[in-house]
Amino acid sequence: MDYFIELLFSGLTRGSIYALIALGYTMVYGIIGLINFAHGEIYMIGAFTAFIVATVLSIYGFPLIAIVIIAGIAAVVWSSSYGYTIEKIAYKPLRHAPRLSPLISAIGMSIFLQNYVLLAQTSDFLPFPRLIPDFPFMEPIAHIVGSTDLVILVTTVIVMVALTFIIKFTLIGKAMRATSQDRTMATLVGINVNRVISATFIIGSGLAAIGGLLIASHIGQINFYIGFLAGIKAFTAAVLGGIGSIPGAVLGSLILGLTESFATGYVSSDYEDVFAFSLLVLILIFKPSGLLGKATNQKV
Amino acid sequence: MTTQPILDVSGLTMDFGGIRALNTLDLDVNNGEIVALIGPNGAGKTTFFNCITGIYTPTAGDIWLTPPGGGKKISLNGLKPNQVTEKGLARTFQNIRLFSKMTVLENVMIGRHCRTKAFIFGAIFRNKATLQEEQGILETSYAILEKVGLANYADEFAENLPYGAQRRLEIARALATEPLLLLLDEPAAGMNPQETIGLEHLIKQISREGQAILLIEHDMKLVMSLSDRIFVMDYGKKIAQGTPLEIRENPAVIKAYLGEEVDA
Amino acid sequence: MGLLKELKKGVLISLWFVFLTFPVMVIKVDPIARTVVWRWANALYMAVGTFFIYFLVQFFLRKKENRKETNDSKEQTLSFIHRILQDRLQRNILIGVVAVVAVFFPQFLSAYQTNVMTTALMYVVLGLGLNIVVGLAGLLDLGFVAFYAVGAYTYALLNLHFGLGFWAVLPIGGLIAATFGILLGFPVLRLRGDYLAIVTLGFGEIIRLILENWGQFSKGPSGISNISRPGFFGIEFSLQSSIIYTYYLMVLLVLVTIFVVNRLQDSRLGRAWIALREDEIACQAMGIDKRKTKLVAFSLGAFWAGIMGVMFAAKTTFVNPASFTFLESAIILSIVVLGGMGSIVGVLFGALILILMPEYLRALSQYRMLAFGAILVCMMVFRPQGLISNIRRTYTFKKKTTSSLCR
Repeated sequence: MDYFIELLFSGLTRGSIYALIALGYTMVYGIIGLINFAHGEIYMIGAFTAFIVATVLSIYGFPLIAIVIIAGIAAVVWSSSYGYTIEKIAYKPLRHAPRLSPLISAIGMSIFLQNYVLLAQTSDFLPFPRLIPDFPFMEPIAHIVGSTDLVILVTTVIVMVALTFIIKFTLIGKAMRATSQDRTMATLVGINVNRVISATFIIGSGLAAIGGLLIASHIGQINFYIGFLAGIKAFTAAVLGGIGSIPGAVLGSLILGLTESFATGYVSSDYEDVFAFSLLVLILIFKPSGLLGKATNQKV
Repeated sequence: MTTQPILDVSGLTMDFGGIRALNTLDLDVNNGEIVALIGPNGAGKTTFFNCITGIYTPTAGDIWLTPPGGGKKISLNGLKPNQVTEKGLARTFQNIRLFSKMTVLENVMIGRHCRTKAFIFGAIFRNKATLQEEQGILETSYAILEKVGLANYADEFAENLPYGAQRRLEIARALATEPLLLLLDEPAAGMNPQETIGLEHLIKQISREGQAILLIEHDMKLVMSLSDRIFVMDYGKKIAQGTPLEIRENPAVIKAYLGEEVDA
Repeated sequence: MGLLKELKKGVLISLWFVFLTFPVMVIKVDPIARTVVWRWANALYMAVGTFFIYFLVQFFLRKKENRKETNDSKEQTLSFIHRILQDRLQRNILIGVVAVVAVFFPQFLSAYQTNVMTTALMYVVLGLGLNIVVGLAGLLDLGFVAFYAVGAYTYALLNLHFGLGFWAVLPIGGLIAATFGILLGFPVLRLRGDYLAIVTLGFGEIIRLILENWGQFSKGPSGISNISRPGFFGIEFSLQSSIIYTYYLMVLLVLVTIFVVNRLQDSRLGRAWIALREDEIACQAMGIDKRKTKLVAFSLGAFWAGIMGVMFAAKTTFVNPASFTFLESAIILSIVVLGGMGSIVGVLFGALILILMPEYLRALSQYRMLAFGAILVCMMVFRPQGLISNIRRTYTFKKKTTSSLCR
């Protein structure tokens, strides 16, 4: 039973991380219909920024709480800036280009960013500092649910609530929803679509950075390539839930996280990634609109 | 008349979610006829085209195609768009859909695709049969371009043609598939009066050569002067059918068009 | 006035990039030794670099803008290479020069150089294969490397278990890869463009992961070694002459591929592919079987990847899953995009530039992948038609003559 609960929590933790990344995919797709292939790299850069800042601060002897806060903020700020800049460089000029052009551009951006980090930093795996201490009150169940898992779950819930609030009630959130329904119409009623798109990239990237920070402290090591796999899996989750749908992204992520966790726990860990990729292929073939997505008909 | 109509549609119904876009529609076109399908915006005319050409799968109803001269009746139900074209129904699109990065001639040559056979082997080895076939494609396509008056543009990219010429090219491309029935979806939309007159001549000329035509059109003057018979739709239903004269006097039609100009 | 404003903008942008790249470029920490290196010089390079790049980009954009105004985009200015190719005499001279260079290449240069050239030629064929799929039919295939892997492992395994030789497996590898193409293509080709791209990527990764994990079948990550080199009617070569032999073999394969792809492009099938790329719905309305046409493109592309896979296994005598990552697909895609989608000459140039340049400019080689990424972005933004765009064939048609098909 303990094993089951352990797997359950590990699945939820994974799912939460996927959700933080998947939201970026789904929001961008909802607004401009682009699979932002470089999103996984944003997440990787978030993790790297957090790693660099946290290590520097710990070398200079800052207290743990300050390290966590500063590294977290730095990760979010820089990832968002990257997201914003990437959109301006690689996607904005292609807004009226054929559908595949921005996707190719996104793939190029992804490869570029991976190698940029590889060259400027290193190709080795780097040990990520432990940012989350073992809470004393978690002691009795620590063998089942770690403190890090708890922090991840709580953070994710808080972030989700905040995001829902932003999208439901703030002006920019309303503009986002309007833009995703009909961009031309949104322009006509005076919404600055460029600003909405930028905001979407900034928010999505910020979420990915939080995901990057959390997963890095959970796994304990990072390298320049972590974005690719995490990106693909989060994308799988977003598609599973129905790309473009925010609750869908969360649902899909949790399902993916749980199934992965149970599959590796009870079956075998060799084919963990094969499983995710196969799931991706199967959903796209049989139910491309996902669980909560809307099927779209092409207008003739 | 004893002969079968070329196109015989009965009870065609199409639902989108809860909305009934087409409601038990009957329509027929005889050989050599020009039939017009008219109705206010959103009446379901283009949906009708999309249903009979296999782009949408209708909820209910039968679509029959009969080659003239006592051919066997063919059901078009459940066929894919390309199969429908192969059977002999070719269409143009309301919002022009040319292959814009191909030349005008190539656009028409694409229309010959379903009447020709060469495949990988033929493409690579260019055997005699393939060469002859290619030559045939080229000659037929060029002849069609001459017919619609676009031969001078043959090597231009389709996207560089003026608007009216693009519409003509759509017709040429559809003709290249040797259709039993040609479906024109608002061929005069966006044309200036001069271009419309040219189009009228073209359609009449094609019709004189025995081509059956079914067209959707908003330009009443054009419809009245071209059509042998007219079907009128509103809210997915057929509300009238008859000769142009009958339609002009039909109270239901006038009511449906109330507020819209019936200019004839 | 305007210049000052531009300068100010340039400075602001370069400052933004300094900020953006600050943590990654400037700080380098060693978490074990607990030391921090501040590489301030990098910030300076970044500032100066982005400043100049900004003005370079502005310059190009303005040039592009001007060209649009003067030329109305109707008449594309023919590039230098086009002008040569259109003139019969110049074209023949060019072909002659290339042929002479190709023939005598191994005589004058070392085995190493020959080997590098062989690799570049392999990428030419891979690029031409992918060009059918992406350039002509407009299907973005991000898992092209899967078929390459299928070909390579077909030869490796058949050679290992049954001792089959290169020539026997060459067509088998191609056909098995094509079969894989059909098997994959059948369910996925009805997907929309961007979904198709992701599914093919997933498929490519699945193949690689299976090869990595299914040890009994593929020997896992350690791979299969001691694969036979290509032979010639039972003659075994020394290493040196085998390299030269492989080179000539590749030249031959490139020629065959160019011949076949060129003919395909100018056929009924080729027209259908291009039409499909332009507008799927109109294409179907013209009676083209969308699925069949796509499937043929997909499997033909796979066929060439399979053949090159066999070639790769034979050339390196060793295969392992690490050779078939997504990056390999990305490189091949870069070749096609750089050269110009749909253009044979473009792919030729694209492959030679992308594969040879990092080999000869050793200093650049570590920036190879960085450059590939940048190329994909820049080409999409500045020159989507590629370096050498494809010119559509025009048909000369004389009435009532039967021999007008030949150009």
